[in-house]
Order: sequence, then C-alpha cells, then structure tokens
Amino acid sequence: MSEQRVAVAKTYKLYVGGAFSRSESGRSYPVTGARGEFLAHAAQASRKDARDAVSAARKAFPGWSGATAYNRGQVLYRVAELMEGRRDQFLAEVSAAEGTNGRRVQSLVDAAIDRWVWYAGWTDKIATVLGSANPVAGPYFCFSVPEPTGVVAILAPQSSSLLGLVSVLAPVLAAGNTAVVVASQDRPLPAVTLAEVLATSDVPGGVVNLLTGRTAELSPWLASHADVNAIDLTGAPAPLRTELERTAAGTVKRVLRAPASEPDWTRTPDITRLRAFVETKTVWHPMGA
Amino acid sequence: MTREQVWEYAPAPESRDVARLKPAYRMFVDGEFVDGTGEPLKTVNPATEEVLAEVGTASPADVDRAVRAARRAHDRMWGRMPGAERAKYLFRIARLVQERARELAVLETLDNGKPIRESRDVDVPLVAAHFFHHAGWADKLAYAGYGPDPRPLGVAGQVIPWNFPLLMAAWKIAPALACGNTVVLKPAETTPLSALVLAEICQQADLPPGVVNIVPGAGDVGAELVNHPGVNKVAFTGSTEVGKLIQRAVAGTGKKLTLELGGKAANVVFDDAPLDQAVEGIVNGIFFNQGHVCCAGSRLLVQESVADELLETLRRRVSTLRVGDPLDKNTDVGAINSAEQLARIRELAESGDAEGARRWTSPCPLPDKGFFFAPTVFSEVQQSMRIAREEIFGPVLAVLTFRTPDEAVAKANNTPYGLSAGIWTEKGSRILWMAQRLRAGVVWANTFNRFDPSAPFGGYRESGFGREGGRAGLEAYLDV
Repeated sequence: MSEQRVAVAKTYKLYVGGAFSRSESGRSYPVTGARGEFLAHAAQASRKDARDAVSAARKAFPGWSGATAYNRGQVLYRVAELMEGRRDQFLAEVSAAEGTNGRRVQSLVDAAIDRWVWYAGWTDKIATVLGSANPVAGPYFCFSVPEPTGVVAILAPQSSSLLGLVSVLAPVLAAGNTAVVVASQDRPLPAVTLAEVLATSDVPGGVVNLLTGRTAELSPWLASHADVNAIDLTGAPAPLRTELERTAAGTVKRVLRAPASEPDWTRTPDITRLRAFVETKTVWHPMGA
Repeated sequence: MTREQVWEYAPAPESRDVARLKPAYRMFVDGEFVDGTGEPLKTVNPATEEVLAEVGTASPADVDRAVRAARRAHDRMWGRMPGAERAKYLFRIARLVQERARELAVLETLDNGKPIRESRDVDVPLVAAHFFHHAGWADKLAYAGYGPDPRPLGVAGQVIPWNFPLLMAAWKIAPALACGNTVVLKPAETTPLSALVLAEICQQADLPPGVVNIVPGAGDVGAELVNHPGVNKVAFTGSTEVGKLIQRAVAGTGKKLTLELGGKAANVVFDDAPLDQAVEGIVNGIFFNQGHVCCAGSRLLVQESVADELLETLRRRVSTLRVGDPLDKNTDVGAINSAEQLARIRELAESGDAEGARRWTSPCPLPDKGFFFAPTVFSEVQQSMRIAREEIFGPVLAVLTFRTPDEAVAKANNTPYGLSAGIWTEKGSRILWMAQRLRAGVVWANTFNRFDPSAPFGGYRESGFGREGGRAGLEAYLDV
C-alpha cells in the first residue's frame, strides 16, 4: 500500500514593509476557486494595515526613487527570473483562481513574466523618452526630467489575478514609485505568491506592499490618505469609482481612472501607465562665462 | 525712517489712452461680441479704485450657448482641419499680439495693477511667444511622443486667475487650439479686459467662429462651465482650495483635468552664493508682480552663517523698490489686485506678528489711493507659522534658516505644495543634488521666475497636476 503524502498547505499573508504578516485585525476570509472549491484563507487587511503599508511605502521611497535606473532595471528583471523558477506554482494558482487551463493559462503566466522584462528595460529610457532639453529664449540651460510621483495606491484588476496585477504594478515600480497594492478581492492568492517572489528578489522591503481583503473597505482609506500621491482605480468596484475620485481630490491626488471594463492584459502595453505616475520637473540655470 | 534715494526719479507714466479703453465690454461667443445675460460687473483699476469699464457676464444659458458653439466648431471644422492650417491661425494671433503689444500691456496694467515694466517686458512678449511656439506644434503632433495621430479631446473649459490675465489665457488657449480643441474660457472676475481684447484679435485673425469663446463672470460662471456636460476637458489655474473643489466636481465625469494651483516655494541660499546676485533673485522671486505669483519664492531659506549679512543686504535692496503708479515706467511694485486680496495679505501678515515673527517693512512711500502693500520681510520665522505654511500671494517674504544641505531639503519639502523652488550656490554638484531632491515642478538655480513656452511648467503634490508648455504640455489637450 503506497502512502499518499500530505501536502504542506501555505498560509497566505499580507506583505508590508518587506515582512509577511497577518492582518492586525486578526481577520481572514475564505478564498474559493473558479469552481467554488475552497482554496485557502487570505488575510483580510484593515484600515490600520493600509496605513502601515503607506508608511512602509513612504519610508522606502527615497531609496527606490534614488536608485539608478540601471539598478532598478536589474531588480525588476530579477523578478522575472524568480517568477520563471516558480512558473508551475503560478500556473496552478492562476488556473485555480481563474478557471483557465492548458495553453491559455500558460500564456497568461508567460505574459506576466515577460511584462517584468519589458518594464525592466524601460527604467533607463523613461527620462530619454519623456524628458527634454528646452530651447528657451534666453541665456539659460533648461531641461525637464520625469520623476516618480511618490507613493501610489493600486487597486489591482479584479479578474486577471496575476497578469493584470503585474501589468499595473510593474510600470509604477519602473518609474521609481513605491506602491501599496490591494490585490483582486476574490482571486488574491497569485498576488501573495508574487509578493513572495518580490521578497526573495532584490526589491527592497517596503517598495511593494500587498494587501488582501475587501477592496471596498480599503480603498477609501487609501484615496483619502494624505501621504498617498496617486491612486490607480483600475480594480475599483464600479459603484465606488466616482466617490473614490472625489475623495482623492482632498489632497489633489493623481487619479488613473478605471476603464469601462477590464482591459485585455495580454495585449502589448504602451507607455501610458509609465506616464501616469511621473511628474515633470523643469530645471533652469543661467549660462555665462 | 526714510532712506535717502540715490537718484530722484521724475514720473514717467505710460499714456493710458494707448489702452483704447471702452466704457463697456461684452462677452465673446461663436465669433461675435454679444450681450451676456448675467449681472454685469464693473472692473476697477486697483491702483486708483476707479471703475475702468462695465463688463457683461455670462448666465448659465450663455455658458451653454458658448459650449454649444465650441462643440459645433470642433466637430464640424477645427478638430478636422489639417494641423498646418490651424497653425497659420495661431501664427496670425501671435503676430497680432505683437502688433498690439503696447495697447495690451497698458490695458493689462490698468486692469490688474501690475507695473507696466512687467506687462510690457514679460507678460505680453510671453503671450506672443506662447502662440508662436504652439502654432508650430499644430502640424507636428505626431512627433510629440503620443502616438502617430493623437486626437484632440473636444471642447476645453478653462478657468484662469487674475495675476497674469492675458498670459494665462495664452497658456490655456494656445496649446488647446494647436491640438485641435476648441475653448470656452472664463477670465477672472477682477481682470476680464485683456482676454476680451484677445477675442478681438481672434476676430482679426479670422479665427473661425466658436473656436474661442470668452465668458466673463465670477466663480459661479466658472462652476457652470466646469460642470457643463458638453465639456471634455477642464483646465484650471488658481488656488488649491478651488482646485480641490473642481477635482471633486469633475470626478466620475470622465473629463480630462489639469490643475495649476498654489505654491509656497522655498528659495534656498547657501553660504557660498554670490550674495548680491542672490538678493536680486530673492527680490525677483517674491516681489515680481507684487508677489501675486503661484510660484513666488515666498519662503527664503538661508544658511545660518550668512543669514545676518544677507538680510541686511536684502533690506537695503528692498528699500529701493519703488511702489506706486503701475503705469509709471520706473515702478517696481504695483497695486494689489483687489481690496479682498489686500485684506487677505494684511490678515496673514498680522498672523506673522501674532505668532512671533519679526516684521520689517520697506520705508517706501505708498500712494494715497488704491490697494497697496509695502514690501515686507519676516525674519525669525518658524515652520509652524501660518506665514511659512500658507500661500500669501502678496509682497511678503518669510525668512527661515538652515545649517546643512539635508536640513534645507527637509524644510523646503515640508509643505503640501510643490510648484517651484530656488537654489543659490556656486557649487555645481550641489545644485544638481538639490534639484533632484526638491519635490517641485520647476527648479530655478541661480535664477528665479523664468518662463518660456518650450519649458514645461506645473506642480507636484497639492500644487496640481499636468504641465503647461513644451512637449509635456501637449498631453493635457490630447486624447492620450
């Protein structure tokens, strides 16, 4: 009689400030697969967890935004390397979460890995493409450079648990921002595994902070938080979008609005998402002998 | 104590006749000047408190008419016109502004109170330059980095402030038109005249009807315009307080929004800076346009070791600023734009006294009539004081000190604003180090308050979002 080995099940936690923790509230919620089967419990983050995540992101901002573009590019490329090594795990988790199988799920996971590579290559080109030398009418040297906006709150897409998440997170990081991400509410498990990849890659702690839980509960706190500079509403529940945008006005946040329906993430991206989270800084200096 | 002037200046007033002031001005809709059905307003010369003209204002029905005219113009013609043809209209406008430069400068000074030297040498030349620069973009948008065929948004609703009335109109109208949008613009309640003369220039340029519409009025007209469902794009320059209201109002509508809001810029002077040059820059930074400048260098951060010497030189220099008749070519500081703004400046200055800062006021004589405020420097200012935190929008400088570059950066960034900043030092590496760390959209190193249509301008954080000028500025008016 062959003995069936019992698998070691994973505890899915929040990822805040480079550490995996349960919600300070002690709450969790059951996550089911596409066919309704129980997969695991995920931590149900609270307002306090969201605030801790913002603090961690703010703390990490000077280091990450101040790193060289070459360094950031290598760090993001390393994320792709580590994801490749966990490809089977991502296939299983995305398949369970989204109910897709075979070549379809392979293409989703492969595209997610390739997306890191694409954005990794952008880090040292953003300033070249979006910056400018300004031919002002006077004896001044004047140039403009894009700089990261700061701490970006991301409401990740609700359907595409991994590719969608990577598609919204990678550009934010490539531009030098730090992030607080609220994962897909009902499909959070691939996101937590991605956090494990980030934790073991060279992304400094606090650069990405991942919360799982109720998007509707967490998003208002992020939209109103004075230390959040921008918010991506892509995964915001439709009935909340207008109110979140209104709330964001309280501190003049940059708002990336949600598209009418979730985009096809398998399409090759453009630089819209890089542009959305940079500020143009113009510097002047006189010329003279 | 009155300081002896080195030279006596004879008055050298520019003739107000040059402004061709009319007793009444009307709004401009669909290519024609028409009577607005709102309550007419009287615009006042802030230097004399005399009424300059009566100006018709727009009712909600008038705003609607203007937006419809702009829509028709966009859909039927302007949005489809080849860029090369749109460009020629903008070049014409630039030329007409140059031809009528003196008239525009005098009119601006009468309505706004700014010194003629500034309206003549800064505002109006920059207006022409802005149209000229953007004219060239109209048929080159494919090269701007927003894809091969970037499309206009449609109708732009634009609300502008009173501090640079004509220049702000140019900053709004020129890029909008170059990108193929049509506009409905609301000038500020206290300074509507130059925008209406610009409307006349649009007529002279044969700009097709409806492409530019000007609807004067107060904040309610602005709100009507911003909230109009026929508007695709909202652009606002003004206070952060109103900017937040507009961002709230626009939420959920899908309208594209850009905001250029308030500031509390740090002007940082290191101990190795050439002090005389720095003092000129500080004076330009805070007293240019009476300090009615969103990017004014209103917080002076001086390295402690040179603070006493710099303050003494600064006070001596500020004492020589001539405050008075804005039409006089010798005037350095003109009139505060309105009684309301004067009251706000006074109230904030009093808070500086109450909170324990040390006030120094220029001993310059002030005119008997009109709204004037003598250049004022507060020293011994703490970061917690209102004069260090709130935008005063007047000729009032708050001076703080620092010891290390890190402290300078921390203090400079200790504000919810982030529009501009200044650095004064001879050390190149320190300039670049500082420029990288200052969270502000424009950083002037060893200069201040420079503007150019090719140089993107706009804020970080609560100073707003979006840029005006240059390639970056086109994004605000393209569907990208």
